[in-house]
Amino acid sequence: MAAVVEVRGLVNRFGRQTVHRNLDMSVEEGEVFGIVGGSGSGKSVLLRSILGLQAPSAGTVLLGGRDITRMSMAELRTVKAGYGVTFQQGALFSSLTVLQNVQLPMIEHLRLPARALDELALLKLRLVGLGVDAAAKYPAQLSGGMIKRAALARALALDPKLLFLDEPTSGLDPIGAQAFDELVVYLQRELQLTVVMITHDLDTLFGTCTRVGVLVDGKMITDTLAGIIHNPQPWIHAYFQGQRAQQREVRHGA
Amino acid sequence: MARAPGATRDSIVYCVAQRRPDRVELALRGEWSAATLGAIQPELAALDLRGQRRLLVDASNAHFDLSGAWLLHDYLATATAAGAQAEFSGAAPPALALVARTLAASPALPGTDAVVQTAWLDPAAAVEGLGRKAVRGWRLVEAVLAFLGRASYSVGRASVNLRRWRPTSITRHVYDTGITAIPIVALIAFLIAVILAYMGAQQLRKFGADIYVVDLVTVGVLRELGVLLTAIIVAGRSGSAFAAEIGAMRLNEEVDALQAIGVDPIEVLVLPRLIGLVIALPLLTVIADGIGLVGGGLLCHTLLGMPLAQFLNRANEAIASTTFWVGIIKAPVFALLIALAGTWCGLRVRGSSRDLGRLTTLAVVQAIFFVILADALFAVLFMEMDI
Repeated sequence: MAAVVEVRGLVNRFGRQTVHRNLDMSVEEGEVFGIVGGSGSGKSVLLRSILGLQAPSAGTVLLGGRDITRMSMAELRTVKAGYGVTFQQGALFSSLTVLQNVQLPMIEHLRLPARALDELALLKLRLVGLGVDAAAKYPAQLSGGMIKRAALARALALDPKLLFLDEPTSGLDPIGAQAFDELVVYLQRELQLTVVMITHDLDTLFGTCTRVGVLVDGKMITDTLAGIIHNPQPWIHAYFQGQRAQQREVRHGA
Repeated sequence: MARAPGATRDSIVYCVAQRRPDRVELALRGEWSAATLGAIQPELAALDLRGQRRLLVDASNAHFDLSGAWLLHDYLATATAAGAQAEFSGAAPPALALVARTLAASPALPGTDAVVQTAWLDPAAAVEGLGRKAVRGWRLVEAVLAFLGRASYSVGRASVNLRRWRPTSITRHVYDTGITAIPIVALIAFLIAVILAYMGAQQLRKFGADIYVVDLVTVGVLRELGVLLTAIIVAGRSGSAFAAEIGAMRLNEEVDALQAIGVDPIEVLVLPRLIGLVIALPLLTVIADGIGLVGGGLLCHTLLGMPLAQFLNRANEAIASTTFWVGIIKAPVFALLIALAGTWCGLRVRGSSRDLGRLTTLAVVQAIFFVILADALFAVLFMEMDI
């Protein structure tokens, strides 16, 4: 299987601080890949580098086999049309309705008649479980869970095959988080998506991800879920075998 | 990620229809995706299916993403509604099932009308709209009164208990609104005085009354222009800053946090800005007056060849003992209006960044409007008082 996302020798430096030292990462087609790491371990910087929002100090980032670090703005634009992203706070445009938020990428990249635009945007909203009543609302009128769903609908606007989720369940209650996890799994299966997500939520990790990459000391340690929980590295051990994780083990019976 | 490049779009045919005696066979080809939707739609529209009972669709040679599947779903639904019976010769694309399932899961498709409301032509809606506007207007009046009341209460409470004055905060606002505004206020005062003197000299010279330029500049600057221009500049600088600062705090839920901690937001956010500006604006006005007189004197000296001693003499005669004070007394009132407009607009921000922009603009417009209105009232008042 081809690597959809491939990061080779990534280095990110801010002044004296080095966030990533020769980080390697590879995500295969059809995977749900979870990125885990402590606060300040460079998860967000990694995501921004992969998205092409920030040029890394060194290294290459390949999306679909094309190196986005040596790309013109115009080429990068077509690459950006090929993936969907949700940001941690949703990042919905507050001056647009939810429907207009979903339509924005379509208007920007496609040439569609008004009716198709409306119906397609509504279809995407329904796909993530939002109704017409939500479509006409502004982001400020939505609850936290609805914002996450609306952001997901916007990420799916151009029918991408690759989806990036930054902390998709942060700020949601356990029931909402569980529902969102199920939604992600459902969409991943139905639309044959490749999903890369940053998450702190162990439930999300165990409920959705097929492989996990842990950011430690500026590098990434990648393994399957079954493998990573027995990794002897101290931080990983504390993360997966700590008290909170133990309680989870009991619940999962794994 | 693969999108059909625009150049080859025309050469691709996405659907081919073949008429048989009892049916139409529709062969679908290529990539039916969001990117090609615009090209497929006219092709589908061009197909002539009139009078056909059966529609046999072969989708095995085409690829569908969700948008493409929606288009096919939409087309087949139209065909079915027109009386044709649609079926697939091979397997139906899986994405089509997903579209059908998603659309079936929620209530019937409302179309665009539900989203874009076009009820403004309806007379009942017009009456309702008028009523809503009236109620909203009244609510606004109530809210303004409540704000003014709370602000006065805070001032009253602070004047009893000096600990509530928050000197650090006030000092910061005096610095931000006063000290940092000195260069621009001085420059504007200088230029306006020069313009005034120049215009006056041109006109008065016709009557040989050059000397009265001094009266014009000194009285004009001291009574009106010094304080008015300073207030307008400060309204632009600080009125907007107040609204934006407090508005951003509202968006960030900082104002809610203050209230939750049990701190009165009016007291910590409005009061220091109000007091700071009431201190800063009169001082700025004094500077503007001084620089304005310097500008006028300089112009009289260079343009009219008037010695500075003569300018000072004439100025002394021109101004009454009240002239300076008539100007300066307005400054605290203007300061109050600017600070209230700015903080009021800031506190009204809720929800979105668009609100922030709108209310910041409104703060400046309101502040300038009220300053000029108050200035007009002062003019009438002073005329009645014969000052």
